[in-house]
Amino acid sequence: MSSKLTRANRAGWLMAFPGVALMTVFIIVPFFLAFAFSLTNQRLASPYATEYVGLKNYTDLLGLAVFTLEPERDDRGAIRRDEAGEIEYPRLRKFTRNNPDYPHLQGKREWFSWQSGDRRTVVLASDVVFMRALVNTLTFVLVVAPVQAGLALGLALLINQKLRGINVFRTIYFMPVVVSIVVVSLLWQFIYSPGDGLLNNVLGWLSFGTFRGVDWLGNPDTALPSIMAMSIWQGVGFHMVIWLAGLQNISPTLYEAGEIEGASKWQTFRFITWPGLRNTAVLILIVITMQAFALFAQIDVMTNGGPLDSTQVLVFQAVERGYGKQDISGGSTISVILFVIVLTISLIQRFLTRER
Amino acid sequence: MADVKLKGLRKSYGSVDVIKGVDIEIKDGEFVVFVGPSGCGKSTLLRMISGLETISGGTLEIGSRVVNKVPASERGIAMVFQSYAIFPHMTVRENIAFGLTIAKVPKAEKDAKVAEAARILQMEHLLDRRPSQLSGGQRQRVAIGRAITRNPEVFLFDEPLSNLDAALRLDMRMEIGRLHRSLGATMIYVTHDQVEAMTLADKIVVLKDGLVQQIGTPMELYHRPENLFVAGFLGAPSMNFFDVDIAMTDAATARVASQVVAEFEAPVWREGVGKGAKATLGIRPQDLRPVAEGGILSGTVNLIERLGTETVVDVRLADGHRVLVSLNEDRVFEPGESIQLAFDPGKAHLFAPASEQDLQAVQNAT
Repeated sequence: MSSKLTRANRAGWLMAFPGVALMTVFIIVPFFLAFAFSLTNQRLASPYATEYVGLKNYTDLLGLAVFTLEPERDDRGAIRRDEAGEIEYPRLRKFTRNNPDYPHLQGKREWFSWQSGDRRTVVLASDVVFMRALVNTLTFVLVVAPVQAGLALGLALLINQKLRGINVFRTIYFMPVVVSIVVVSLLWQFIYSPGDGLLNNVLGWLSFGTFRGVDWLGNPDTALPSIMAMSIWQGVGFHMVIWLAGLQNISPTLYEAGEIEGASKWQTFRFITWPGLRNTAVLILIVITMQAFALFAQIDVMTNGGPLDSTQVLVFQAVERGYGKQDISGGSTISVILFVIVLTISLIQRFLTRER
Repeated sequence: MADVKLKGLRKSYGSVDVIKGVDIEIKDGEFVVFVGPSGCGKSTLLRMISGLETISGGTLEIGSRVVNKVPASERGIAMVFQSYAIFPHMTVRENIAFGLTIAKVPKAEKDAKVAEAARILQMEHLLDRRPSQLSGGQRQRVAIGRAITRNPEVFLFDEPLSNLDAALRLDMRMEIGRLHRSLGATMIYVTHDQVEAMTLADKIVVLKDGLVQQIGTPMELYHRPENLFVAGFLGAPSMNFFDVDIAMTDAATARVASQVVAEFEAPVWREGVGKGAKATLGIRPQDLRPVAEGGILSGTVNLIERLGTETVVDVRLADGHRVLVSLNEDRVFEPGESIQLAFDPGKAHLFAPASEQDLQAVQNAT
């Protein structure tokens, strides 16, 4: 039975069909499948039947425990120290492996720990790699979102002047956006290359040869910052264009009114430009945050999550597990967690930046 | 308070001259209106006075100080824009106080000045609203309030009422007139609306193509327009023009006639009139009246518009020439009816013969 709506617009529905069908198959269905798979032990290819496992996948990923280790003491109650003078503690695995007294630590591994007095407090995670990925992703977002948005605004303000040849700069800044992220990642691998990479060479030249080359992507301390820098460079042009659109929406007479009142450059920005960019700022903040959470290609091309998991991120982990390890349910679970995080942050941002 | 002097003021964009040497003297406390058709350069001229546009040539004096290179904020002017230019994210109070905030004026003084401006404009009750909650007229009032707090020597208005509907425009026009009387400041006002010009101005400057056509009081311009353009631009409906043959009788009068205009004697006072055998005759629609016989013009009624207080009759003469008659009473005519028109010869305007270009300009402007 066809309703009036479908009969009247048959041609329209027909034309919409290919797009709607593709989006259904590749976006809407997988979205709901991810929720479903995350509650099962589904594997990519397996002879065994899929079973419902409840929230096990989530507890396997998110399980955390805090455990305090008392120092080992000798018969007289004195603290034992090793040859270097460090306090000796019992081995963690005594508690985490098949210890009926500590069922909640079963299978967990050390994530990080700190010393307070004689005691050592250990934070254990069921899935340390996932936790690293989560922390790295959040760090990436926290650094990239404000820096990229700020730089993009700065560029937009520079580009928004009426100068001869300003379009050339506009094109140059926008160029990295047009180039595929995979190509950009490959190029930056050369720039970051440890031996005679461009960056090391330039730094060496600028410091008259006193700078000693760094293996930017091979060092756990510099790998993530390097990827951040490159990602900011790649995406800044896109956000510049959005800022630019916002800037050009501000009525020029407002600036003229400011000029007549004698507003300085900073006052003009503070009282006219920035308030006029409010809606653009909300949009950019949300878009950058979502893009930053989706970080994948750079990692996949440049570091594969290494070295020492220093560049593990959520999307990379989801793909790695789902396809690399054929653990579709694990990958789906990470996707769902990521979805919840991004949704929550977007809602918080919407709330904080709402019209008052 | 200050007078404003424009001496040979010019503005060019590359090779295009927009203002081609304008001389105007504005006395302290005067209300001067720049009028002209769109593109005549009146807004550009105002923006040059304000400092928003650079000056390509000539000198501009405000209060006997040459300000050609002085930044807008130091010229002692305040400007009210057609689009209001009030800040949407600020309350009315913050908008009015904007200049004072920029100048870091202490809060007590700021509050006092805002209260004073609000009192003058009778908008104390609106101070905590945002622009989006205001009507067009109220928004323009905010913009005027911001101008008042600057305590300027010269107020500049750039078509301030053009975005308002007709009823509000009347109110705001009176308001601006009242403001001028109470503040006594020099005001320069740009408009293309001749009613605003006629009602507000002490002095009107008529501009066309970047040149001053005439400067004078509204009544001088209306009764003694110096050229065809001014004559055609001011007054509604627009003045009727005819080509006539001329035979001088003495220095002050001329006998004129044409195929459709019966011979009569018209006053001559404009330069260039009577040099040749041709002239252009202008008669205001309000100066024509229908007569039973012996009229100077005769034709048939084509269209009538009855406005209640006024009847506008569109008459076609024998040669197809169109004449508008405006009667300040409600009268009925039948289309096709023959009609004879007479006028007081003293009200006739004789101009030097009009070129096709002059007439085109007059038609485009009105």
